[in-house]
Amino acid sequence: MTAPEISEAAVKLEGVWVSFNGVTILEDVSLTIEAGRYVGILGPNGAGKSTLLKVILGLIRPQRGEARVFGEPPEKLRHHGNVVGYLPQRPLGNPRFPVTALDVVLMGRYGRIGLFKRPRREDREMARRRLEDLGISHLADRLIGDLSGGEQQRVFIARALGVEPRILVLDEPTVSLDVCVQDDIFEMINTLREKLHLTVLIVSHDIGAVARHMDDVVCINRRIHVHQPPPIGRLGLESTFGCAVEYLFHGEIPHRVVKSRDD
Amino acid sequence: MIDLFTLGFLQRALVAGILVSLLCGVLSTFVVLRRMAFIGVGISHSAFGGVALGFLLGVDPLWTGIGFALMVALLIEYAQTRTTVEEDTAIGIFFAASMALGLVFLHLSRAYNVDVFGFLFGNILAIGAQQLWQILVVTVGVLAVILAFFKELVFLSFDEEMAWVSGVPVKALRYLFLVIMALVVIVTIYLVGIILVSALLVIPGAIAQNLARQLKTMVWVSTGVAVGSAVGGLMLSYAIDFPSGATIVLVLAVLYLLTSGLRPWLHHR
Repeated sequence: MTAPEISEAAVKLEGVWVSFNGVTILEDVSLTIEAGRYVGILGPNGAGKSTLLKVILGLIRPQRGEARVFGEPPEKLRHHGNVVGYLPQRPLGNPRFPVTALDVVLMGRYGRIGLFKRPRREDREMARRRLEDLGISHLADRLIGDLSGGEQQRVFIARALGVEPRILVLDEPTVSLDVCVQDDIFEMINTLREKLHLTVLIVSHDIGAVARHMDDVVCINRRIHVHQPPPIGRLGLESTFGCAVEYLFHGEIPHRVVKSRDD
Repeated sequence: MIDLFTLGFLQRALVAGILVSLLCGVLSTFVVLRRMAFIGVGISHSAFGGVALGFLLGVDPLWTGIGFALMVALLIEYAQTRTTVEEDTAIGIFFAASMALGLVFLHLSRAYNVDVFGFLFGNILAIGAQQLWQILVVTVGVLAVILAFFKELVFLSFDEEMAWVSGVPVKALRYLFLVIMALVVIVTIYLVGIILVSALLVIPGAIAQNLARQLKTMVWVSTGVAVGSAVGGLMLSYAIDFPSGATIVLVLAVLYLLTSGLRPWLHHR
């Protein structure tokens, strides 16, 4: 297997504007994410983090500007059913939905399987392997609604991986989880990223975790600020402070920070 | 195959009841899982406007009823996805307006001789060969569609966003589901009437959710409960001389209460 080309852009946004009911959510956002990176998207509540993800996923069409994922418009890309693995912010709308963890992971394969066909043995095996990757193969036959929050979250990450995607997009994967579990999940995702040659995009409000685990940090508050790479070797508080200060002081000035905060 | 034209009215009622309840049972699973109970109420009541229009124009109320039910279903979907109106507000407005239109149509048609009561509360014994054929066509068509898109319908009911991202034609299936609901509502009117249709779209699925822990089991239980209640209700209503539609719905309601009581024991094994 060949390594992914370093120069290939997994995500490219150019001059993207999104507004709802006259309120601007994203303002002239341009962003390039290289294939194979582990990227955290940070920002306060209502900053447009989820909107940015939804533009990348094609769920929201920008009023101006364009989005490309691996060179294709996302709303076309989805028809391949095998490029994007997605974890929505609240993936379990109905906790009484009668499906097992394995069923949920299998849903990740439906796009690949295509219309009018049923999952085959290979699909089931693949789904089981993804549960193994997440360390929850013993939960395969349990109902999704009976699992704990952390277990459910792992199932949904396994589902996103079940797509066998090239890019993994996770919206707040650690919200409502214990701090220890949070770190585990970020580490686990990193391991899987290397194993499966993925590009990973994670929206989080946990500044410390993002700075500890990820290659690149995208700070967003209507406009965008990119840090490449984040301060290496400086953990927790300093990075947290760096980013928090940034929201406070350069929220309204349109510019793009490409160098690290240390410079 | 049974020759539908030679059946007596009782056999016709029974065959119609089985077909319609079979459809409702299958559909009910999705109505419950997608929390579309109120849309069911909205679509079925809005059919009244169409049925009354049929009387006014002197055409088969089936077609005008389907037209109205479809129009209201699509309006609700449109209002919900394209405007800022809340879904339940949209349903509340459209179905009330449609029923009001129905009353006006009835007034204009001065059709005092038509069986309005039958349409409102069901009159399964009045089902003729033509209605039976309509029911049969709808049953086969709807079951074929649900079977063909079963996997996608489950995915979209479970998590619409992820389904979309995975390439499932979410929008087309949402509209298709509404069309299916409108068709099923219209044929179910023959069985229990406009007022009670939503019971058949909701209660079998709700009972099945109380009993089943697997989706496929849930579909089977829902279908079995619907058919069983329809047949049982028809026979009971015949025996004790109760209105048939109401009896079927009451049987379902009692089963729902019983299974809800059983639920804590069933689910803590």
